[in-house]
Amino acid sequence: MATVKFIVDGKPASVNADPNMPLLYALRNDLKLNNPHFGCGLAQCGACTVQLDGEPVRSCVLPVSAAQGKRITTIKGLGTPDKPHPLQQAYVEEQVPQCGYCVNGWIMTAAAFLKKNPQATDAQVREALAGLKCRCGTHVAILRAIKRAQTMMT
Amino acid sequence: MNARIDLSLSRREFLKSAGALVVSAAAPAFVDEALAQGAAVTAKPALVPTELDSWIAVLPNGSVQAFFGKMDMGQSLDVAIAQIVADELDVAVDCVAILMGDTATSCNQGGASGSTGIWMGARPLRNAAAEARRVLVEAASQRLGVPAERLTVAEGVVSVLDDPAKKVSYAELVGGKYFNAQLDWNKQVGNQMDVKGQAKPKSPSEYQVVGKPIPRRDVAGKVYGTSDFVTDIRLPRMLHARMIRPQKAACSIAKVDAASIKSIKSARVIRDDDFLAVVAEHEWDAVRAAEMLKVEWKEDKPNPFPGADKLHEHIRAAPVLKREEPVKKGDLDAAFKTAARVVEAEYEWPLQSHASMGPACALADVKAGEAIIWSGSQKPHFARDGVAKLIGLPPEKVRCIWVYGPGSYGRNDAGDAVLDAAHLSKVTGRPVRVQGMRRDGTAWDPKGPALVHRARAALDASGKVIGYEFVVKGFSRINITTNESDPRDSLAGMSLGLPLKPEIGLGTPAETYGFDAKLLAWEVIPPLLDRCSPLRTAHLRDPVGPEIHFGAEQFIDELAAAVGEDPVAFRLKYITAPRDAAVVKGAAERAGWETRAAPRRERSDGVARGRGIAYAQRNGTIVAVVAEIEVDRSTGRIWGRKFTVAHDCGLIINPQGLRYTIEGNLVQGLSRTLFEEVRFDRSAVTSVDWASYPILEMQDAPESIEVVLINHPEIAPTGAGEPTIRCVPAAVANAFFDATGVRLRRAPLSPERVKAALANA
Repeated sequence: MATVKFIVDGKPASVNADPNMPLLYALRNDLKLNNPHFGCGLAQCGACTVQLDGEPVRSCVLPVSAAQGKRITTIKGLGTPDKPHPLQQAYVEEQVPQCGYCVNGWIMTAAAFLKKNPQATDAQVREALAGLKCRCGTHVAILRAIKRAQTMMT
Repeated sequence: MNARIDLSLSRREFLKSAGALVVSAAAPAFVDEALAQGAAVTAKPALVPTELDSWIAVLPNGSVQAFFGKMDMGQSLDVAIAQIVADELDVAVDCVAILMGDTATSCNQGGASGSTGIWMGARPLRNAAAEARRVLVEAASQRLGVPAERLTVAEGVVSVLDDPAKKVSYAELVGGKYFNAQLDWNKQVGNQMDVKGQAKPKSPSEYQVVGKPIPRRDVAGKVYGTSDFVTDIRLPRMLHARMIRPQKAACSIAKVDAASIKSIKSARVIRDDDFLAVVAEHEWDAVRAAEMLKVEWKEDKPNPFPGADKLHEHIRAAPVLKREEPVKKGDLDAAFKTAARVVEAEYEWPLQSHASMGPACALADVKAGEAIIWSGSQKPHFARDGVAKLIGLPPEKVRCIWVYGPGSYGRNDAGDAVLDAAHLSKVTGRPVRVQGMRRDGTAWDPKGPALVHRARAALDASGKVIGYEFVVKGFSRINITTNESDPRDSLAGMSLGLPLKPEIGLGTPAETYGFDAKLLAWEVIPPLLDRCSPLRTAHLRDPVGPEIHFGAEQFIDELAAAVGEDPVAFRLKYITAPRDAAVVKGAAERAGWETRAAPRRERSDGVARGRGIAYAQRNGTIVAVVAEIEVDRSTGRIWGRKFTVAHDCGLIINPQGLRYTIEGNLVQGLSRTLFEEVRFDRSAVTSVDWASYPILEMQDAPESIEVVLINHPEIAPTGAGEPTIRCVPAAVANAFFDATGVRLRRAPLSPERVKAALANA
């Protein structure tokens, strides 16, 4: 067991856990943050995605010890209904999710990508989102929302 | 708990207060809310379909609750129901909360099932709302001393037509109280459940909100990370559990080495016959224990499977358990005897997995004499019944609360998880949360059946189709039946040794081609393994629709090509129903269909381009899809670049929700067409995760999907959650033929198959 300290959505957090335990279990069970989801436990789908110092990571495989001293952002910390991230606002306006279990992957990955590449083309966006899964087939709506967010961001 | 009108908010509230959570087997949200608003609540009439109070409630503040025995799966069904209820009651749609899928607050309307949400599910709500309005207007008439004919209702306020100052609100009339009014019930349980009062529902011309694109209610919560899934529910003192399934199928337990997980303090083994699980205080401990546990398995039946590559060979050779011929007309033998030409083809569809976004999760709290379960299953009422049977309680002592699950497209692993959780809670005496690992959601969910279709047609000298035969052969679509009301249909029941109850059913194409002699038949073969099979077959979105129409709508195209006619014109020549013809024309026109008598084989820079069409019916709904694809001849990749859908499901309740439902349905269909096939060897499923069961990713998403909605206000609404998907595979395969002149008769249309087909052409 080890004590790991980090910042989640702007608040300091401390977890006493097996250092090899994936960060996802620390967020969900120790810190009771429900928003990142278990989808595969294999970094193959993105449902567990959070940002670690601004970079999207798959918390289902990242050991909690790797978060020591880092700044973690979950989708809840990305924005709120009062102060939404443009992607969240665009997602609401385009009514994107169906079951909604996959949204962490798409939004947290796209948010980090658009920050660096606000003018990305459709082809670049598609490439940046490779590896993410959506079983309900909302892909076309996701692309529409990203386009909408891009216009809001520029 | 202080429930709110918004169900998702009330869930949040109760989750936040989970440390002191008290949920009883019957705690209708109406009571909590009415009490919170200061009403003196009297005894609630029994939750039976004949009570108006089982369907509609008016709160002291005038807002309305409607109790729905089906659930929205992210396709705005709840909004559509709210629109229907609002119109019947003459209240604002925002004032109508839809409480879904809780057995303590709703009657068994069958849960999510067969695109019946609006088609069947809205009927009793609509009738109950109309009756509630009648009862309220009657009460207002008494209160105001004015005959009912002179009263009008707007925004929940009843007023006198020629004296609008004279008025009384629904809230004043019944807010926080029960109607205590009776309805006639058709005595059906499930999808067919209907009730009627004395009131006649409105005619479509009177609708104000029905037909409007009202936004969804669940989106913000999902996007801001504030709403919860079944996976997010925490109960005081709950144990985390993981089921242990054998690595190979057809194995029973020889020995469990409980000492192998001794190093994980809180973990322990729960074993009952071949039902095997680990439980622990912490989730990570349960995950580790499941990995570490040493189990010796005994192979009861070595190599029960033919292997994925020999599956269709197996289906062709397998004995037929049951054959049915739902359509048989004309003299088929004579047609084939006198035919100038016979066209024949066979088509193959693989086993496919639900592969929901997350493996299923369920929670159960089984106490002496009562139980509460939380499930993402599509059928909470049936899940309640199944749990009651498994743990030996009367169904009224079990409450099942449906909560959004990680995707649901039929009888997936959620139907197993709920019984696993109940058994574990009963055995441990603790609340239990069970969740699968990825392998449980992909390798162990019930599968969509693999099929082989045999098609042949007799043509006369003029090219007219004089005989047509289409025979579907393969696994039952209900080897595991549509719901978990009987534990024998679950892995828990089967591993506990309950007797089996396989059921037999398949299907045939749904079209209106008016061939003089026609036979549509199906043949079901035995399952590969009858107990605890990872390849057991069940309903997967639009059960056997994409599978069958992949063959049927390709074969129609093959006939058009055989007689040198345009695929759209050929279909229109034989389609007999005017609505069907309108849908085919609608899709072709919007897509800018260019008439062709033969494949165009359009290509440039190694990329071939083609267009194809497919059409089908589904329980009253009619869909046609035009696919425009690109084929990279060197890599074998097919890109479904543009799709045009024409869709007629009668009266449209919410065009926005309908449009997005169609889009998602189409893309899921494209994934199943191009990528999805459950792989397995002689003894185990080898499709265990997203690497070994790939689905469509963003690179392969269409550039655009055009949707033509054909509204028929005079026709009662039918379903929309599934019909589109059945047209997608054939539309793509027909586009491939247009692009290359080559037929792909085996799904999925993977790069390897494309390259092989092109090389052999």
